[in-house]
Amino acid sequence: MNRLSACMMQTCSKGVVRTMTVPLLDIRTLTFLVGDQKILDRLDFAIHPMEIHALLGANGSGKTTLAYILMGCDGYVPTAGTVMFKGTDLLSLKMYERAKLGLTLAWQEPARFEGVTIREYLTLGRAAVNPKPALAQVGLDPDRYLNRQVDKSLSGGERHRIELASVLCMKPALAILDEPSAGIDMLSINHIINVIRAIKDNGGAVLLITHQEEVAAIADSASQLCNGRIVCSGDPAQVIEHFRGRTCVRCDGEVCGYVRA
Amino acid sequence: MSELETLIRVLPMVGAEPAILDDERIAHVVGQGHRVLSRRSVPGLDLDIEETPDAIVGKMTIRAGMVIEQPIHMCFGLAHPTGSQNIRIDVVVEERATARVLSHCLFPVAQAARHRMQATIDIGPGASLTYSEGHYHGPHGGMQVFPHASIRIGKGARYFSDFSLLSGSVGSLDIDYLVEVEEDGIVELAAKIFAHGTDHITLKEAVILRGERSRGLIKTRVVLEGEACADITGITEAHAKGARGHVDCMEIVQGLAHASAIPIVRVFHPEAKVTHEAAIGSVDKKELETLMARGLSPEQAVEMIVSGILR
Repeated sequence: MNRLSACMMQTCSKGVVRTMTVPLLDIRTLTFLVGDQKILDRLDFAIHPMEIHALLGANGSGKTTLAYILMGCDGYVPTAGTVMFKGTDLLSLKMYERAKLGLTLAWQEPARFEGVTIREYLTLGRAAVNPKPALAQVGLDPDRYLNRQVDKSLSGGERHRIELASVLCMKPALAILDEPSAGIDMLSINHIINVIRAIKDNGGAVLLITHQEEVAAIADSASQLCNGRIVCSGDPAQVIEHFRGRTCVRCDGEVCGYVRA
Repeated sequence: MSELETLIRVLPMVGAEPAILDDERIAHVVGQGHRVLSRRSVPGLDLDIEETPDAIVGKMTIRAGMVIEQPIHMCFGLAHPTGSQNIRIDVVVEERATARVLSHCLFPVAQAARHRMQATIDIGPGASLTYSEGHYHGPHGGMQVFPHASIRIGKGARYFSDFSLLSGSVGSLDIDYLVEVEEDGIVELAAKIFAHGTDHITLKEAVILRGERSRGLIKTRVVLEGEACADITGITEAHAKGARGHVDCMEIVQGLAHASAIPIVRVFHPEAKVTHEAAIGSVDKKELETLMARGLSPEQAVEMIVSGILR
């Protein structure tokens, strides 16, 4: 526990002064039960404006559940706790109201849409949105892709990139990116990193759920989630180091099964 | 307003322009009830259409080796709230000929009427026919519509058909297509239907793959709202070596609507293969949530998903 406490005392080293700004997202004692099982257990953490916060954790640690609760997906109503976003009680809002307030989610396995073109998906009827720069930013040629459909003809990697382009077009205050580099070839990881930075350059913050250390390393701050609890929080390099550890820092792998080979 | 004007002014509702009737490069037939109001042929196309007291009867032949550059427009419909229309037509696409037929079925004011199309289509070896049938119905429903066709696809020939009913309320629609495909022939049958009110849709499409390496695809997209109902049957039989077929049916049900989908596949040769997929239900939750996470309301998200499926 001493090791854990030390880690939790870390402050951010990349210019986001957490104590000086009002949190954009403020999560307090967030708990989510499925039957008797605690998927999220009294979770506390905050994200500040223009902060990139990486959330690391083993499979089943609760990362995607947290993303779904924050976005308001069907069936993901927390058992207890509060979430304030831009000073508003986020949990009282419907999903599209949360999006209109500036929150969005890029899905780990994005949906496919038969008959909907990439141009339509990126603009969603907003005439002012120019989808070409966003597509170029994720490494896709607008001339080749804009009129294609967001359907099964796209590879998993292409669909992921389009999801990120769609987030870029929305210019959110907070983007939750759930494994944004899943299915992306190693040579193209830099596109993903550039997108995350572009969201920040546009004035947005990012909750970056990832397993890839080179992606997490670009964050301003990081947390490690284990068995529904934040077990380590602070500088990304140190959190990554903890995540690399042989076993879970909280339960030695006895609860979550996180034991590295 | 004349009957001709009543019909052609709604042509844009099925994606065509009234000006096509004035274009000498474009063949057309316009029939109201059992009368032919306008017709034109073009080189390579024999159009033999006659009126009888109880039907418009005709034969359309695309001569061997001819390529009809402009689509052939067939506009049939009723310009009155009540009435009956029977069409009996034989279409022959001779060897190596190519044509595209756009069939516009227009019932802008129909309330208690009946339309029956009985077609035979014979596509010769190496020939190709694309047949698109678009229906426009007013808001009243109350019609009985029977598009029935028997189609033979010759060796190495191709047939692509696209039926769409996307606006207005039809009443009762009963589609029955039977397609037989010979060696190396290809058929694709697509149907897109948006049913409202108390519409009742019956769609039966059968593809019989008789020849070696013949190919067949049945793709159906039906969206139902209100109290509409649909019974969809897609049948594919494969009888020869290398024959391949697929049946793909998706129905989206909203409100009090209900639907059934029955894919039937039969294989009579060990080296033939037929697959099928059918999905019935409400709009996919993940698709909905993806769009709502970008700020669309539930209604806007459903509209976008449905329009995509029916496109």
